[in-house]
Amino acid sequence: MTQPALSAQLLALADDELILGHRDSEWTGHAPILEEDIAFANIAQDEIGHASLWYGLLRDLDGHDPDRLVFFREPAEYRNVQMVELPRGDWAFSMLRQYLFDAAEAQRLPLLAADGYRPLAETAAKILTEEIYHLRHTQAWIERLAQGTQESHRRVQAALDLLWPYALQLFQPLPGEAKLAPRQIVPEAGVVRQAWLQAVVPFLSGVGLAVPEPAEPAAASREAHTPHLADLLADMQSVARLEGPEVRW
Amino acid sequence: MLTQEAVIAALQDVKDPEIPVVSVVELGVIRGVHIADDRVTIDLAPTFAGCPALALMQAQVEQRVRQLGAPDVAVRLVLAPPWTTDWISEGGRAKLRAFGLAPAPRHGGLLQLMFPAEVACPHCGSTNTVQKNSFGPTLCRALYYCHNCQQPFEQFKAL
Repeated sequence: MTQPALSAQLLALADDELILGHRDSEWTGHAPILEEDIAFANIAQDEIGHASLWYGLLRDLDGHDPDRLVFFREPAEYRNVQMVELPRGDWAFSMLRQYLFDAAEAQRLPLLAADGYRPLAETAAKILTEEIYHLRHTQAWIERLAQGTQESHRRVQAALDLLWPYALQLFQPLPGEAKLAPRQIVPEAGVVRQAWLQAVVPFLSGVGLAVPEPAEPAAASREAHTPHLADLLADMQSVARLEGPEVRW
Repeated sequence: MLTQEAVIAALQDVKDPEIPVVSVVELGVIRGVHIADDRVTIDLAPTFAGCPALALMQAQVEQRVRQLGAPDVAVRLVLAPPWTTDWISEGGRAKLRAFGLAPAPRHGGLLQLMFPAEVACPHCGSTNTVQKNSFGPTLCRALYYCHNCQQPFEQFKAL
């Protein structure tokens, strides 16, 4: 039976995109310059759009209503990695988080697009066309920050040191994944991790950042969350919960 | 009896809610019209996944086809193959230019290779232009500046 394992994959993909999109959206009106305000708001909107595609697949697979999942789950029921729920920090932190995530998507999505479960493959292929813009943008920012001033370099290096173990959680196998990977429904987590390391390590070193030593992922399971997720959800879910599930909007 | 041609012709009346000069047909998002007995099924490809105009577009397509007398209309979202700006028709491109929006250069699926492609200013036609921001006021637009006529303009972003 692969359906619970496939649901777990879709929920993880959807929750990562949603929570990251929400954190990104917190920069709207606060980014350092107007151009970046526009760009980051776009990226946030894209990620939430991608989340809605993944939640839609999950609905088709097991009948879960996306709105219920987003607005009426408790923090412990979310399956995002801790990296995306951390507060937005400074600009270097948010840009680096987005870069590390985009770089993972750039490796994961082509592998998903080549897989055996057609709806998943088609969705991955669709998202991939949009992601090209994200990676190009965040990569340019990391280079700019790393090679800008001493202060910008210090900040982006501090963000890298902090985020590294969190980013590694993106490549932790999910429950039941062993059942899926041999059937080529999802790529093996280890394969994605290796491809990601081969992409990000040379890039980060190339712009003059010290890449941290290999570390244990910040959390072993996506069931574990920081207190920051509860704060984020309290904000994101407040309106929906105020009105109750019977209200349509 | 409703024909595919009649449905397509009617859908020329449904405009992109964010770019009201081009129709959904010209935009290339109508991927198929299936007529079986009383049921009309329209295949619609979303442009950007997070596009807030999508639900509205879907509703307007459905409503327009109902006006033709079809009692049972369904608008189905299709993701594969992913929508691309290559599908915007020549007529649609001309209307975008007249609207002040540079159409995306055709890339034949090699999107990554086309960065940075030459983008012609919709006002004066010069390619002496520079991208200021690959993100713009909507998900589907990028910001450019024309050094020739010294005007900012927007581009329908290549996808």
